[in-house]
Amino acid sequence: MLADLPNDWWDSFERALLLRDANTVWVLAGVLSLGIASGVVGAFLVLRRRALTADAISHATLPGIAVAFMVMLALGFAGKSLIGLLVGAYIAGLASIAAIVLIRRTTHLKDDAAIGITLSVFFGLGICLLSFVQQMPTGNAAGLESFIFGKAATMLSGDAWLIGIASLIVICIVALFFKELGAICFDESWAAARGWPVLGLDFLLTGLVAVMTVLAIQSVGLVLAIALLIIPASTAMLWSQRLLPVVVLSGVIGGFSSWLGAMISASIPRMPTGPVIVLVCAVLFFVSLMLGRRGIVQLWFLRLRMNRRIDRQHLLRACWEILEQDESGVIDIRELGSWRSWSDPRMKRILRRCVARKLIVREGDRLRLTDAGRVRARQVVRNHRLWEAYLIHHADIAPTHVDRDADVIEHVLDGDLIRSLEVALGSAAGAVPASPHAIGGREPA
Amino acid sequence: MLWDVDLDVPSGKLVTIVGPNGAGKSTLLKAALDLIPSASGRVMVFGKTMKQQRGIVAYVPQRESVDWQFPVSALDVVTMGRYGSVGWCRPVGRRHRREAIEALDRVGLADMAKRQISQLSGGQQQRVFLARALAQDAKLFLMDEPLASVDAATEQTIIEVLRELRSQGRTVVVVHHDLQTVTDYFDHVILINMRVVASGPVDEVFTSEALRQTYGGQLTILSEASERLARSSDVKRP
Repeated sequence: MLADLPNDWWDSFERALLLRDANTVWVLAGVLSLGIASGVVGAFLVLRRRALTADAISHATLPGIAVAFMVMLALGFAGKSLIGLLVGAYIAGLASIAAIVLIRRTTHLKDDAAIGITLSVFFGLGICLLSFVQQMPTGNAAGLESFIFGKAATMLSGDAWLIGIASLIVICIVALFFKELGAICFDESWAAARGWPVLGLDFLLTGLVAVMTVLAIQSVGLVLAIALLIIPASTAMLWSQRLLPVVVLSGVIGGFSSWLGAMISASIPRMPTGPVIVLVCAVLFFVSLMLGRRGIVQLWFLRLRMNRRIDRQHLLRACWEILEQDESGVIDIRELGSWRSWSDPRMKRILRRCVARKLIVREGDRLRLTDAGRVRARQVVRNHRLWEAYLIHHADIAPTHVDRDADVIEHVLDGDLIRSLEVALGSAAGAVPASPHAIGGREPA
Repeated sequence: MLWDVDLDVPSGKLVTIVGPNGAGKSTLLKAALDLIPSASGRVMVFGKTMKQQRGIVAYVPQRESVDWQFPVSALDVVTMGRYGSVGWCRPVGRRHRREAIEALDRVGLADMAKRQISQLSGGQQQRVFLARALAQDAKLFLMDEPLASVDAATEQTIIEVLRELRSQGRTVVVVHHDLQTVTDYFDHVILINMRVVASGPVDEVFTSEALRQTYGGQLTILSEASERLARSSDVKRP
């Protein structure tokens, strides 16, 4: 695959990176502003749970483009003025929203079905109109089909200006209504109870989404326009839990992926822009899924730490319970083996970690608890037995069954719950109750 | 669906709406707030229509009505309560944030201000909603099940806040489900089951006879008529 790339691939990438061609500069500037504004608007779209309406809008633009082309031809224009085509696309996009609302209000269909119907019908109509337009004797309709998958290289300086200014206006409007949009996304009914025009704000958001979708079809293509609105926003949410950082980060990610995607596609012949941008977005999303907040790497690390703590606490509790029966203060490692069913290597690992944490001291086959270890062991045993007592007295569970339950819960009991348990059981703070069941062959006291 | 509601809610009192599941408790609140359409009737708040008085009414929705994974902190949510005084299209100032922290403090959550809301317990989330309403500095509070499945500490905190509001002369209407605590917590009770069964001071109205009427099963003809009406309005709809 890589071998198929032309030898001068890096050269063209470098040319694009260093902005050697005037045309590339315009393309990159247009795509960059497009990506930033889409990311910013997209964050609210995703938080409002309306992500798929953007897909309906973008697919519905196709018949609008074809009709706009015909209208412009009939009026005697050249037919391929970008602004004219985009106005047609915008009107068709809004018509698709009206269609969705209409279907929802007149039938019992839900959002997803209404969107699916609208999207496919508009797109099908668009394809038919497009082939009709391309067979017309007058006018040159070649190039209209590039709106489907996008071709950033067709962007001229005027187009870039149009996209840049429109994006700036969109970002300003979002900034102006930042807190209002945030509030209706979070709690619609509360906002309505305050008397806010929820419907009006929804119209505003939909209008902005339609603007960004229409601007995106030239470079990203209408099939994939939804990606720039949704993937950067979803990626940003993997990093932050505050609204402003999410919106800003979403804009940054959208801008960066569009810029990089456009450069890559510019330096490989016949490589469409939209799909490359989407793939760049996807790579960033995947990396964030691994490395982000609560990401897979972090969860794996937290789980490892949790498991080690559980092992430590089990070891300490076993030591304490052995010492309760044998006052010598010294624990035989072989006896520990009969207490917990750990394999030899695992036992060795756990012992080593406890020694490293200065919880126990090891002398050959004999163990002693350090002062710190004694404090921790006492705490774990106490939590365990308080929970057992609670289950027996308040939940009517048989004493022979409580050990397992307590085994799980003892590691997550925190100060508050322990205090509630002490109150519920009337147990003195600090005292370690006796075990309610047999441990290590000894009957309960 | 609710029929023929004609209610006077006394001001400066703690009022509760009680009734079985599906009786229309939340519906009554939402209809009063104009969140759902009423077939007929009007709501007057201190002598004016609800529309004119929105600024002095605070609504506490059910906790389940929002997505708690939403990227906002407890303080952000409570700050929304101050948006009315911030004004449209203006940024939130330091003063508004301070007022929001004061509201959080009143429900005992000042040190949770920076937490993302999904990291709060259910009871704490409910208190955040209450704090947002407090921040609105309203005269009338409408709360939908603020005491549903909260811990004992939260219930105490919320009740203390409600009593404080009453002592300031504010009116609080609470949808409630726990019959045992009605006499302890509230002054005025509205018993509903698809229609208002009784309404008045707790010690006069909250009788076993009234409760039997409220909870003694649905009125089958009334609920069937409701269903017919719902179906016919489906047909009528354009």
